[in-house]
Amino acid sequence: MSIIAAMMTIQNGLMQFPTDIQTILSILFYVVFAVFMFYGQRIQMYIMIREVQGSLYRLKYIRDEGRKITIETIKEIGKPQTDPTVRIDRFLEYFTIGPQNLDPAGIVWKLEHILDVRDTRMKDEVKLMAPSADETQANNLENTLEAAMALNYIYKVIRHFYVLGRKTLSLYIIMQIQMILPLIMREAEAYASALKAFAYGQPIGDGAGALVAAKLAYGYEKRKIAKDCVVATVPLEGRTAFVIKAEGPGGNVGKPGDAIKTVIDENEGKIANIIMVDAALKLEGEPVGEVSEGVGAAIGGPGVDQFKIEESILKYHIPINAVIIKEDIGDAVSPMRKEIYDSVDKAIERIKQVMLERTKEGDKVIIAGIGNSIGIGQ
Amino acid sequence: MEKRQTQATKVPPRVWITIIIVVMVSLMAILSATYIISLPEGSTYADIALLLLIFGAIGAGTSLYALMQVRKRIQRAKIESPPITTTLECKACGIKSVREFQRGDYIFKEGESCQKCKGKTLITAIYREVKEKEREVFPF
Repeated sequence: MSIIAAMMTIQNGLMQFPTDIQTILSILFYVVFAVFMFYGQRIQMYIMIREVQGSLYRLKYIRDEGRKITIETIKEIGKPQTDPTVRIDRFLEYFTIGPQNLDPAGIVWKLEHILDVRDTRMKDEVKLMAPSADETQANNLENTLEAAMALNYIYKVIRHFYVLGRKTLSLYIIMQIQMILPLIMREAEAYASALKAFAYGQPIGDGAGALVAAKLAYGYEKRKIAKDCVVATVPLEGRTAFVIKAEGPGGNVGKPGDAIKTVIDENEGKIANIIMVDAALKLEGEPVGEVSEGVGAAIGGPGVDQFKIEESILKYHIPINAVIIKEDIGDAVSPMRKEIYDSVDKAIERIKQVMLERTKEGDKVIIAGIGNSIGIGQ
Repeated sequence: MEKRQTQATKVPPRVWITIIIVVMVSLMAILSATYIISLPEGSTYADIALLLLIFGAIGAGTSLYALMQVRKRIQRAKIESPPITTTLECKACGIKSVREFQRGDYIFKEGESCQKCKGKTLITAIYREVKEKEREVFPF
């Protein structure tokens, strides 16, 4: 409508021209009008295709940069005898098939098994690619590869819709990808910065929970409690706190579900409260690093650990509280922002407050700091 | 690999050629218009001069927009890596020092010796600071 109005204005303005030019411009106006009437949607589609194409160029650049950083890091840290490029390229195409959910009973254990197989496979591949890397470096390389894989996948999906849209000239195929493109680009850019953070072993925003646990447990003896998880027994506000975190400083999320279950079983269910601390996605408009409190198992991922925690607490009817540190997806996977680092102390204060309000002196409490422990020791 | 990397920033020659041609034609149109107006009998051809001026202005505007888009595309293709800060705290005197992140740094790692008392230092923080200007402020 606005285009037509603008055209009418131009046409009226041109009324002052001599008759011959006026006639030419009038014809031109009707031609343009007819073109827009019949081919307006197609023109709109080409504009969308151009927009997707521009983003696709950027995605390709990010993907290639990611691949380059991964290869360079593996060569630098792992010191392989042969060029790892071919193996890395093959690795970027790896996929995981989820379990069949027609009969959902027992699906969690099937999913856990598949994820374990995937994890073992990835670790083995990293060892082959980077034989000189120590455990911490191997974990960081694994995370780097995962970020590169994510970038590769995003690029390929967008390319798929772009090519499909061009082939079919379907407005709706192009439109659906164009509409979510800003969000996808944000995610891709977040993974791009994550890649560098993983390659250098820098703490990321997702590690806020792990950092809370690390700060609480610093100076106390730690023991391994589950796969890639450690626990420290910490006297806190007159209570005994079992502080759990993923083993750092390598990139790890561990198995907090197993860790919490083991601590509960070791104490025969005599746990007064569980407090989980994790980074959580914020809504736009909320400040980064805002600390909030609630109930439930604050843990992301595929759901296996959340399921296990919920099963364990249900068995002994243990109350569960959650403290979250808010951040967006970009902050979660990129190097930790100062605001998030500063909010760690606020989260510790909130945990102490919850402990004082919800438990009695002498009680046993589990504090689980959830998140990737990259760049965070213990 | 190098070829693949530059694809996002590389602008096809045909784009440059088109922009140059449009700029040249637009300039010629504007110059011709001014020349026609400056003639003694210019008022007779005022309509042609006006048309040339309009087309010249449209052409110049379009090429300027295209150039801005090309610049934007080149700028957007860069992956920014913000500076990361490592904070070290002396266990003995408690003095804090800040330096750039180095590979191998992690929180709660023992750092280099304290510059003041030569005591052991501990890495207590690793973070990046986001510049104020990057943030958008909304009234809500």
